[in-house]
Amino acid sequence: MKGKKIIANAYIWLLLIVLYAPILFIVVFSFTEAKSLGNWTGFSLDLYKNLFTGSMQNSSGLISAVKNTLLIALVASAVATLLGTIAAIGIYNLKGRKKQTMTFLNNIPIINPDIITGVSLFLLFVFLGISQGYLTVVLAHITFCTPYVVLNVMPKLQQMNPNIYEAALDLGATPSQALRKVLVPALRPGMISGFIMSFTMSLDDFAVTFFTRGTIGLDTLSTYIYTDARKGGLTPELKPLMSIIFLIILVVLLVINIRQSKNTAKQ
Amino acid sequence: MNKRSSWALPYFIFLLLFVALPLVLIIIYAFQDGSGHFTFSNITKFFTDGDALGTFALSIEVAIENTLLCFAIGYPAAYILADNKLNRSAVTVVLFILPMWINALMRTLATAELFNMAGIPLGKGTLLFGMCYDYLPFMIYPIYNVLKKMDKSYAEAAQDLGATPSQVFLKVTLPLSMPGVWSGVLMVFMPTVSTFAISEFLTNNKIKLFGTIIQENINNSMWNYGAALSLFMLLIIGVTTLLQGDDHAEQASGGII
Amino acid sequence: MTKKDVIIDIRHLSKSFDGVKVLNDINLYVRKGEFVTFLGPSGCGKTTMLRLIAGFLAPDEGTIELEGKDISGIPPYKRPLNTVFQRYALFPHLDVYDNIAFGLNLQKVPQDEIEKRVKKVLKLVSMSDYEDRDVESLSGGQQQRVAIARALVNQPRVLLLDEPLAALDLKMRKDMQIELKEMHRKLGITFIYVTHDQEEALTLSDTIVVMNEGKIQQIGTPIDIYNEPVNAFVADFIGESNILKGRMMRDRRVAFIKHEFDCVDEGFGEDVPVDVVVRPEDIYFTTDPAKCQFKATVNSCTFKGVHYEMWVDTDTGYELMIQDYDPYPVGSEVMLYIDPDDIQVMKKERTANNYAAKVTGEGKVEFLDTEFACDTTGFETGDEVTATIRFEKVDLLDHEEDADLTGNVVVILYMGDHYHLTVKTEAGENIWVDTNDIWDKGDFVGIKILPEDIKLSKRAAGNE
Repeated sequence: MKGKKIIANAYIWLLLIVLYAPILFIVVFSFTEAKSLGNWTGFSLDLYKNLFTGSMQNSSGLISAVKNTLLIALVASAVATLLGTIAAIGIYNLKGRKKQTMTFLNNIPIINPDIITGVSLFLLFVFLGISQGYLTVVLAHITFCTPYVVLNVMPKLQQMNPNIYEAALDLGATPSQALRKVLVPALRPGMISGFIMSFTMSLDDFAVTFFTRGTIGLDTLSTYIYTDARKGGLTPELKPLMSIIFLIILVVLLVINIRQSKNTAKQ
Repeated sequence: MNKRSSWALPYFIFLLLFVALPLVLIIIYAFQDGSGHFTFSNITKFFTDGDALGTFALSIEVAIENTLLCFAIGYPAAYILADNKLNRSAVTVVLFILPMWINALMRTLATAELFNMAGIPLGKGTLLFGMCYDYLPFMIYPIYNVLKKMDKSYAEAAQDLGATPSQVFLKVTLPLSMPGVWSGVLMVFMPTVSTFAISEFLTNNKIKLFGTIIQENINNSMWNYGAALSLFMLLIIGVTTLLQGDDHAEQASGGII
Repeated sequence: MTKKDVIIDIRHLSKSFDGVKVLNDINLYVRKGEFVTFLGPSGCGKTTMLRLIAGFLAPDEGTIELEGKDISGIPPYKRPLNTVFQRYALFPHLDVYDNIAFGLNLQKVPQDEIEKRVKKVLKLVSMSDYEDRDVESLSGGQQQRVAIARALVNQPRVLLLDEPLAALDLKMRKDMQIELKEMHRKLGITFIYVTHDQEEALTLSDTIVVMNEGKIQQIGTPIDIYNEPVNAFVADFIGESNILKGRMMRDRRVAFIKHEFDCVDEGFGEDVPVDVVVRPEDIYFTTDPAKCQFKATVNSCTFKGVHYEMWVDTDTGYELMIQDYDPYPVGSEVMLYIDPDDIQVMKKERTANNYAAKVTGEGKVEFLDTEFACDTTGFETGDEVTATIRFEKVDLLDHEEDADLTGNVVVILYMGDHYHLTVKTEAGENIWVDTNDIWDKGDFVGIKILPEDIKLSKRAAGNE
């Protein structure tokens, strides 16, 4: 048993090392000033300094890409959370055929590869004659984010005691008070995880943005990196940026999960 | 309280407009020429275009190989993570999911640089390994989820009935974890078969996958041919999804946070 | 009783779901301060009644008056009634205190008064130290107390309780029954209680309303209902009973199990078929041949904690259940008697299956949405007739082939020497069947009726 455990642990840690190698690679080389990855020219915080002072070549491009990414992710996931929560309540109350149809439609964007979602939305905007830019990218992101909100809110509806809405009415709450004071709090955990999932998916998206951003020169971080890499040289300041993003995500996810496992342990 | 069901209506309209209609448009554009007339030429072009056919076959081959590779590496990892005796820490599981949240392009670029630094020439080998890096967590997570929720008494019952540990695994644990395996397969196969930027970075543009061809056609304003190629990809997706049946999408995506 | 005593008055209340009538012309009043229980099997319409009173459902027909005012059109949040839900329905995001204060906060009651009232009601339900507790950390019984407190703190005119104890274990249920009864006595509020547990209904209620298939079967005090059930359904549902076919010979004289007995019932007429109920504890053993009314052989004897439950075969071939404090060995011959007071005679609800039918051709008749072959001599095609089939002439099959139609067994009564079944057809009609075969409730059965067993008779025009 003991030997088995050692082998098992060794396997897990080997995998983790391999998985994290590229990320650690970025982090390590964010602390040197060399232009290309893998080229160590001694420890330096210059790249971080450049990133925060904006004193680098094409700084406006990178900074606006970061801003766009955050703005699009924020708007898309906020709208998706609202739309998806309302939709989940509706779908939960549907029956039979209608419910199946909605569930099926909701699953399509999840199963579809990004490129199909991207191409099909591109054709839609061409077909409708909508000029592509911020609006189309946000709409496209809402399209692939909302299904995840629905899937996160749905279990909360199923776990919820169906009588609590009626109990609130019974105790004198009007339907809108019952919604705000009872229903939304009960669904809130699902809405929050739906929002976080939407936000990270939007942050990470490349293909859908690529096809729906049009030709106005709108860049998110992903498309910026893509164009940058195709041009041959990555903007060196991406390395510290990625390291910082990685650190934030690491902390957020660890905190959420540790809190969650503490909660389950309590029960 | 029946009126609540009408709350699904706005999203229904949204789905029709942004999900159903665009897919219909792929079909329509695939059967039109540049001036909007009905034609089969896009379809016949694909079947006579050796380059596109070859890439199509290669994409499927790479996707299958990558899926098998992820399964072979991922299943033991999921099994170990889900076993209370072998792994007691929830943090380890989080560490496996974490890379999914890092920008895939950036990770891929870093992977390619690592190969460069190690002096490994970029090609099909690096493509497979790179993709496996990218998609391994998508295989591990759903399998882990199913194994973790599995009632321990099944395995105990099998032991009680005289099954050896390897028989317990082959006859009980593995069959019962198949739903997780299928969602993992779905979540790895679909993105691999359709990937475009990642393959370019990992092979230094030496190997083109089907996604790249679609992207090139769309970018070069060959929308109708691009739509026809997308239609073929949709067919693969449709077939794979149908083969695997129902709710894997929900299973796979539920509770990553 | 004066009009002033009535707090809830329900008239001609009907409700259907998807075309199925769940409540059918219910008329009922509830007196102020009364503990009323709606009792019946699942699907009898009792919970629908409660939800209509609470306002979660709107009636199709009829009115519900609260203190003389029709409340049918008033939304639930404006009704001065509160509900204790079956699965508690406590708000999981609020602690015990905030759950109870929920209604008062909505009414904008001053905080210091809220605090006073919440503390008082917590004391009433013996949960004083639990104010700050997370509701999900409480046990089922504790959650139920909080749910009761949350409803009571609003000082409702009527407290509605929807199977509030159903999710608790037996011991906890017994304790809560006593506490509920005590609370009702202390507060003087009207309680309307819904349950399928007859023992709970007998323990708690001032008045029991027995319901089945959307209709009120009987309204009365627990003692009335137990001792004088009006029909076989009530007799079977409340307590254990021997239900038997009988014949009223004349006033105060009834025959069943092929013996004649003195009884106390009058006014049925002479030589009329009736149903007879004898409770198992009302059949006595005797060693005095003069007292003996009939003999029997004990065929099983089981200790039930306080008493023994014995099944005996009478010398005339019937099987009866007897409860007694003393056991008699299996196989022994015993002498038995029944007091006239303990024989409950009930009017027969029906003596045969009768259906509105239509002659569809020579030798063919249609009823229950099915065409049957039968002798149509004396009738023309198109005649509206009544088809009569005796209970014992309906055959039940365990397969669909050869069957005329299909249905499910919904009620089984043991009548001492045969079973009396109610079978619901796919179309929702009832067929009553006497059989010696053993079926289970819920069984899917094929129904077969032979041509010679269908008797047709003229039906007056317009008489449906």
